[in-house]
Amino acid sequence: MVTAARDGVDPDTAAAREIAAAVPDPELPLLTVADLGILRDVSTEDGHLVVTITPTYSGCPALPEIAHDLRRRLGAAGFAEVTVRTALAPAWSSDWITAEGRRKLRAAGIAPPHPAGRNPGPVPLTLSISGTRRAPVACPRCGSADTTQTSAFGATACKALFRCESCREPFEYVKDI
Amino acid sequence: MSDEDEFSAYQSLAEETEDHRWAFGTGFTDPLAGIDTSVPDGVDAGALAAYCLMLGDDALVYSHRLQQWMTRMPELEEETALANIALDLLGQARMLLARAGQAEGRGRDEDRLAFFRDEHEFRNVRLAEHADADFAELAGRLLVFSAWRLALFTRLAGSAGSAGSRDPVLAAIAAKGAKELAYHRDYAAQWVIRLGDGTPLSHDRMQAGLAAIWPLTGELFEAHPVAAALPGVAADPAELRAEVDAALGTVLAAATLDRPQAAALARVAGRSGRDGVHTEAFGYLLAELQSVARAHPDATW
Repeated sequence: MVTAARDGVDPDTAAAREIAAAVPDPELPLLTVADLGILRDVSTEDGHLVVTITPTYSGCPALPEIAHDLRRRLGAAGFAEVTVRTALAPAWSSDWITAEGRRKLRAAGIAPPHPAGRNPGPVPLTLSISGTRRAPVACPRCGSADTTQTSAFGATACKALFRCESCREPFEYVKDI
Repeated sequence: MSDEDEFSAYQSLAEETEDHRWAFGTGFTDPLAGIDTSVPDGVDAGALAAYCLMLGDDALVYSHRLQQWMTRMPELEEETALANIALDLLGQARMLLARAGQAEGRGRDEDRLAFFRDEHEFRNVRLAEHADADFAELAGRLLVFSAWRLALFTRLAGSAGSAGSRDPVLAAIAAKGAKELAYHRDYAAQWVIRLGDGTPLSHDRMQAGLAAIWPLTGELFEAHPVAAALPGVAADPAELRAEVDAALGTVLAAATLDRPQAAALARVAGRSGRDGVHTEAFGYLLAELQSVARAHPDATW
């Protein structure tokens, strides 16, 4: 999520923000880091550029590659000195995936996440094998709500596996977290 | 999006860089790079380092046990699930060991702590090192471990009603990890129910699996001087029992399983995993984890 343009942001920082926002996520290359909500801030401190990113999951193996890609692209655009910072708090939420990001996911046959609930107190158990924690997940191909979760864990940390009982196609769902 | 855009993230990996990666560890970055890692005023830095080491070792060792199941699962979905859970825990371990190294202030990073400590220097609970004999033990152990760790991390993270850990780095790691652990616990709970409430054979084997790991659960709730030295920073282990018991009770009832009645595994001269006293199985696990890195400590790629 790129911080909204602030008063007094110089054109260089704005240009850098645009370049940083366009960096693709290595594991979901159809999305940019801005679409995914992991780009937290682009600013200038003491004359050099600081880009802040946050991991989706604790074990996210993509973060170093994203940092490297940010430095490479910004370097090519003339930003010689770039600091890439990691922000852990607040923890990433799938709610931060932008409307544009959701549109791209759906177009690629991946169901975008439901809103992640915020439960005060102990986290409730989900005991149903095929269910998700919230509303049914609609098939991104045919739109049917008659779908079954085949696994809560998929090819990347952020996705679950589903099957559509109507069109019989398997599909992925970005987990609400 | 052009092809160039799509693959540039990979291309950037192949470029020549000056920083060679250490062959065994994470090698690329400090997982806490750019985060304010100063220890808050009034917090005992040595105790904080020891506490982060405990929670980091739990995750590192448990993750390795899950990795040993790779290529051995009956279905691709389960293998993917366990690999994901192992990866989440490894990520938690990296951050916690890095935090431990910083608070300790002796220049040890996450890799040094993971690969160059001996058995008696590891502070994980013995439940984390248990070698599962079958899938029922795996499911039962994962249920207990993730329910306990989720209760612990929820407290460290804080919520509307409670402050969370006074160490902001620990609180942030816990807040992130808690979201992951909720998925781990659900996964384990669903398998315990499927097996417990399945056929007579699966029920019996699930009941036996729980019995096998139950003696290792006592240690999870024992008070420890390190936690006691960190008021407002660490969670009191005894305080977690009610929440964990409630979650386990719900799952066991749905699974038609009985809560095992087993005495806790004995301490050795008053010490247990948290004090560096481990079960026999742990030495073999550690040898597998560390031996190549120790044989070639300067290897890079």
